Amino acid sequence: MTTEMNLEQKFQDYVDAENKIEPKDWMPDRYRKTLIRQISQHAHSEVVGMLPEANWITRAPSLRRKVALLAKVQDEAGHGLYLYSAAETLGADRQDMVEDLLSGKAKYSSIFNYPTPTWADIGAIGWLVDGAAIANQVMLCRTSYGPYSRAMVRICKEESFHQRQGYEIMMTLARGTEKQKQMAQEALNRWWWPSLMMFGPTDDESPNSAQSMKWKIKRKSNDQLRQEFIDKTVPQAEFLGLQVPDPDLKWNEERGHYNFGTIDWEEFYNVINGNGKCNKQRMDARNKAHDEGEWVREAANAYALKEQKRKEQVAA
Amino acid sequence: MSKNKDNWKIWEVFIRSRNGLSHKHVGSLHAPDAEVALKNARDVYTRRSEGISIWVVPSEAITASSPDEKEPLFTPADDKVYRHPTFYDIPDEVGHM
Amino acid sequence: MQKELLEYTLRLGDNALILGQRLGEWCGYGPVLEQDIALSNIALDQLGQARMLMQYAARLKGEEYTEDKMAFFRDVTEYHNVLMLELPNDHWGFTIMRQFLFDTFNYYQYTQLLQSQDDHIKSVAQKAIKEITYHAQWSAEWVIRLGDGTEESHQKMQTALDELWQWTGEMLTPDAVDEKMREAGIGADLNKVKEEWQQKVAEILEIATLKKPEDDWMQEGGKQGEHSEHLGYILAEMQHLPRMYPEAEW
Ligand SMILES: [Fe+2]
Ligand SMILES: [Fe+2]
Ligand SMILES: [Fe+2]
Repeated sequence: MTTEMNLEQKFQDYVDAENKIEPKDWMPDRYRKTLIRQISQHAHSEVVGMLPEANWITRAPSLRRKVALLAKVQDEAGHGLYLYSAAETLGADRQDMVEDLLSGKAKYSSIFNYPTPTWADIGAIGWLVDGAAIANQVMLCRTSYGPYSRAMVRICKEESFHQRQGYEIMMTLARGTEKQKQMAQEALNRWWWPSLMMFGPTDDESPNSAQSMKWKIKRKSNDQLRQEFIDKTVPQAEFLGLQVPDPDLKWNEERGHYNFGTIDWEEFYNVINGNGKCNKQRMDARNKAHDEGEWVREAANAYALKEQKRKEQVAA
Repeated sequence: MSKNKDNWKIWEVFIRSRNGLSHKHVGSLHAPDAEVALKNARDVYTRRSEGISIWVVPSEAITASSPDEKEPLFTPADDKVYRHPTFYDIPDEVGHM
Repeated sequence: MQKELLEYTLRLGDNALILGQRLGEWCGYGPVLEQDIALSNIALDQLGQARMLMQYAARLKGEEYTEDKMAFFRDVTEYHNVLMLELPNDHWGFTIMRQFLFDTFNYYQYTQLLQSQDDHIKSVAQKAIKEITYHAQWSAEWVIRLGDGTEESHQKMQTALDELWQWTGEMLTPDAVDEKMREAGIGADLNKVKEEWQQKVAEILEIATLKKPEDDWMQEGGKQGEHSEHLGYILAEMQHLPRMYPEAEW
């Protein structure tokens, strides 16, 4: 018991001194579990997050937009892969994590349960959803777990084009025809509040945050990140000539931040608990892809085994 | 060994970003065999021309040193300061060395 | 001559575009993340080639044309891709088998186009050949892997091959346009491509333990603009937004 506490204290001191934890280092069990949960949830979000945008690959309105969108959605697959890999360094198995997602046991970011009915949603997602994700991920580049932090550095490098891609779409629409401008405004209306919810519950409502901050798994609180995002994004909306759908939004000179209205947390929990427009559609799609891919994964393994046996026979 | 017939094993990926540099670990991926692992590494880890040469190694083939279970190696090798260039006092006038 | 050159360019470009469009449908739905990413890479290569060729076609067509006008404002009968590429993706194995049959053709075709007398086509070929070489290798390896994998995968690949075979004749059979382009030193000699294709395909199928179907009836018409029912749906999906707002820029 004393040794365990001793180790925990040493671990904490080590983390406090801004050192990185690597896979084979000793770590508290809860640290490992928290990380596996957080990283795998993040991975699931990247993978499920492909779907609302993939929805527009075949319908992108120009060839330039088509290749940019395809490359972006492909990047998200890569992000999912990097993150599953990071979780695997902690002893988790990708197949298990995927199965938890498919069975509904594991969570993913509820933002991806919202639909993308118009092309402008692709612009809004790149600008706002990737924007919010980037705010979170930039913070995580400094997370205490080495493989997670390295995955984040790589992801952040790739993300830089995602948000610009989205903003450029919004800019083109906002400067386009009346109809396009309307499309852009409606997409902003749809995505603004869900984007703010991406940062998670308010600090006093998220009890696990404190421990994650202490372990430096998280480096900033939900409310802090949310405020930074708003402060950065509002001027971008103004530049587009679009209206942020929040009547309470107002610059607060004293605080040096924007004041903003109350987030509808009931909606947030509803969507998390399965009542979003697309929860079922997203899960069905992931399950279908996994099930229909099974014979391919199996065949590749079977072939590898045959090849190995053939090689052994030649050698014998 | 993977428990499911459709579970691909893990490979570690090392990439040489340009000649003159050594291969550097960039991450891992899943593949059924070395050929697929190599092609997947190309598709996953060099989409932005990050490399000119790739190594893939089955993760299970790597033998890693392990920090002692009881006494973790949380003390960096700070005591070997003589290994670091800043240990040596050279006047600024000499220039970069 | 100008007319044939335009049609020839569109044949190359439409093949790239329609295949890229079909492969794009897979993004997010592949059997495993690694293969999802791999196929998207191929789709991106195809779409990149399509853009270069659409740009050239637009130039040949005249001032007021652009790559997007070529892609989004031509109707079914004005498209010149081979029919095989507009077939629905079906299962992963079907998509891979089609990819292999087409990549192998494309590889030999573009190898010849490296010597094209037309500077634009030649420069497209110089860029494309590196990509296509990789695609052809990748899809051949996967045909082997899935053909010689499990009982189930073998069955699936054999059926896909049998179904696809009748759609392979078109790309290997020259018509008047192909002949004219070949004579001008611009286009590929499809008879030569056919020989090389047959040899390579037979070789890979044998390794894959798959049985090469007998040459029987071959479908044709796509190159000349006579399409199956599938292309209309592809275009409806691909073109709807620019057509609904023709005055808009995106
Ligand atoms: Fe991402
Ligand atoms: Fe992103
Ligand atoms: Fe499974």
